[in-house]
Amino acid sequence: MNTIRENLRQYGMVIALVAIAVFFQIMTGGVIFRPANITNLILQNSYILILAVGMTLVIVTGRIDLSVGSIAAFSGALSGVFIINMGWPVWLTVFVVLLVGALCGAWQGFWIAYRGVPFFVVTLAGMLLFRGITMILLDGRMIGPFPTGFQMMAAGFVPEPFGLGTALNEMAVLVAALLSLAFIAVEVRKRAISRKYGVEAGPIHFFVLKIVLAVGAIALFGYWFGASNGIPNIMVLLGVLIFAYSYMANKTIMGRHLYATGGNADTAALSGIKVKSIVFWVYVNMGVLAALAGLVFTARLNSAMPRAGTGFELQAIAAAFIGGASPYGGVGKVTGAIVGAMMVGIISNGMSILGISVDIQQVVTGMVLLAAVILDALAKGRAEKSSKPAVKA
Amino acid sequence: MGTLLEMRQITKRFDRVLALDEVSLEAREGEILAVVGENGAGKSTLMKILSGVYAHGDYQGQIFYKDEECRFKSIKDSEKRGIVIIHQELALIPYLSISENIFLGNEQAKGGVINWHLTYQKTAGLLEKVGLRENPHTLVSNIGVGKQQLVEIAKALSKRVEVLVLDEPTAALNDIESENLLNLLLELKKEGITSILISHKLGEVLKVSDQITVIRDGKTVESFPNVDVDENRIIRGMVGRDILDRFPPRDTTPGDILFEVRDWTVHHPEIADKKVIDGVNLSVKRGEVVGIAGLMGAGRTELAMSLFGGAYGSKITGTILKGGKPLHLKSVSQAIENGIAYLTEDRKQYGLILDETICRNISLANLNAVSVRLTVDEFKEKRVAEDYRGRVDIRARDVLQHVKNLSGGNQQKVVLSKWLFADPDVLILDEPTRGIDVGAKYEIYQIINELARQGKCVIVISSELPEVIGLSDRIYIMNEGRMVGELARDQATQESIMEHIMES
Repeated sequence: MNTIRENLRQYGMVIALVAIAVFFQIMTGGVIFRPANITNLILQNSYILILAVGMTLVIVTGRIDLSVGSIAAFSGALSGVFIINMGWPVWLTVFVVLLVGALCGAWQGFWIAYRGVPFFVVTLAGMLLFRGITMILLDGRMIGPFPTGFQMMAAGFVPEPFGLGTALNEMAVLVAALLSLAFIAVEVRKRAISRKYGVEAGPIHFFVLKIVLAVGAIALFGYWFGASNGIPNIMVLLGVLIFAYSYMANKTIMGRHLYATGGNADTAALSGIKVKSIVFWVYVNMGVLAALAGLVFTARLNSAMPRAGTGFELQAIAAAFIGGASPYGGVGKVTGAIVGAMMVGIISNGMSILGISVDIQQVVTGMVLLAAVILDALAKGRAEKSSKPAVKA
Repeated sequence: MGTLLEMRQITKRFDRVLALDEVSLEAREGEILAVVGENGAGKSTLMKILSGVYAHGDYQGQIFYKDEECRFKSIKDSEKRGIVIIHQELALIPYLSISENIFLGNEQAKGGVINWHLTYQKTAGLLEKVGLRENPHTLVSNIGVGKQQLVEIAKALSKRVEVLVLDEPTAALNDIESENLLNLLLELKKEGITSILISHKLGEVLKVSDQITVIRDGKTVESFPNVDVDENRIIRGMVGRDILDRFPPRDTTPGDILFEVRDWTVHHPEIADKKVIDGVNLSVKRGEVVGIAGLMGAGRTELAMSLFGGAYGSKITGTILKGGKPLHLKSVSQAIENGIAYLTEDRKQYGLILDETICRNISLANLNAVSVRLTVDEFKEKRVAEDYRGRVDIRARDVLQHVKNLSGGNQQKVVLSKWLFADPDVLILDEPTRGIDVGAKYEIYQIINELARQGKCVIVISSELPEVIGLSDRIYIMNEGRMVGELARDQATQESIMEHIMES
């Protein structure tokens, strides 16, 4: 009974996401989940997803970063200047731009972590500062178009290895099959280890259900990508980022230090955790990911624009909160933020297809954000009550 | 004198848990009633019912005040009748002045405009009554906890209090401040104010109370007048058995000197030329328990934290020797790596991550030991935590329970487990039994003995002199940042320690 309730809470967001997806599937008469639209959905939201990953870490430390939209615009402008005005090769540009993103993050992280300036002030200043530099760099105009190599970052697809001319894209099918196998192998191994350590592993039907659902989801994506142009390059990038950051946050010592810092910085510091350096590196990381998001955005639009990325920071923050991160720090998952971002993405996309105006979309997004946080608080309140029969000493 | 207030057969449930089971108590007019009991016995819940925090209807039973049944719906209702409660955590607003705090919610105003002259005049009168010599304009954040407590009482007096309820009023006060507060209670008693005092400090209870009511496990166990009663009598009521020896015996003899501090001087972190610790020397042998006694503000915590990798202070000079070799500790993590652990005095703020599980709190200071390269082995981590849960008897469902749902004593055992798992040679325990009940205290003393048996150096900082004397092989006495005395166990009495402090 207990496991069911806990699992429900854990997967609540995913269930909500599926419910919303089904709702729009019906309302749009199946348009939203046509393979071509799925690819579109991913591409449209890719930069928010990238930002949401970094923002989750920032929020876990109990802070936010308002400057990411401006840093994204700044890095887009830089890539325009380097590639188009100065003729640099793409790889060098990407490398230098990410480095500059790291420096932007380090600049803010330094003031926040080592000089104790409130994060809100520092990143608000950064938001203005980097936007201003972008304007100066671009002289208020947009630069474009970019060479194909750069565009491929956001628009390209993973090539087919064999060229057999199958109905579905070979690569998509192959990757889906491999991922399914890998997932099953990992889950089976986890269960075996639990049993070895004598830890209760949960009922078998849950285990099977979990595998069926996960493999089903992978197969669905495999089909979607297979039936259109294959796996978008950006999907590979996203997959790697999500996996790497989830692993870092959930499984490593660094991740523990991060959550401890957000949970109670004083306790963390007196337990030997270098709290200041964690905060500093979280902002450096955010800078790099913001620069990456800026590159992807620029490549997708095929031009660097002075007003690019306006409001990205708020979308990323909203995604993290919808995904269950706590504004007080210490709580939040990378995967949660991804689900949150996808939820907002599907709602906007679905409403666009239905011909509902952007203004109303904003109203709905706002309500979803509020509802998610309220539901979370309610669920938590109930959970706390039900776990009250704590042992008295 | 007749009965002023009576709570009859109060029963209160939280979900399925019975917090109070037909508890009754009776306070007579103009007397001081002490309510004692272990943590979690239900004292605070009872007081919340009395003051209307838990509204009528939320509980079963009746409250009679001046022979009239009361059904309080909120704190406002009970305050209207003159029953005022002062909570353990002070409810003052730091950046408002003393007088603004006293009249908060009860502003001396006409048509919404505050009459400041009247406010200050009244405040001055109230402050004089409680014996607090402070300017009514002073911000509450600028006065110490002891004085803040007096402001709380002044606030209660401003509401024409008839029954004053104090929940652990002296928990954060030093001896002198406590003394003043208790005298004030006796003073108020002369003016006919009835008080209900909830306290862990049995000495206080014996000193001021007229009647003592003991609550155990949500039930009233007994109630007796404070005549020919001693601490052991009360403890017997609280725990339901005799604790013959409040400090478990230790049969080990200390070995060679392992940990030594020489000429340790620390300056204030913000005021660079203010010496907080001045030329302190100390040494601890293997398997020895050394106590540091002193008044609050003597610099004991500052000493401990500065030794712990410079977690406090600036311009630190002096030498730390461990096993004869000097240690240069630049950070907390280096201190931990070199086998030093420091258990903080405030476990909620500095010792625990309340929103995390028992398991993750225990592993926090030594994650390397449960990790393969950089990845935490969660199975191993859980097994370690389960192991400590059994060893120090943390009472919880399992190690995945969140720490904030545990009682004070169990929380403290989690913090202790964290430091035991870090496997230190030197443990500095700062107020290890603050705010925890008699039973859990005894268990923590046993753990300390076990550590000594393993040959570890244990330094115990405590404001409770009987505890320092009962636990330590040797006692250092600190005052104003300096060591002013050292006593062997058999020389140490409360009087001899206080003498050293006063003479310094």
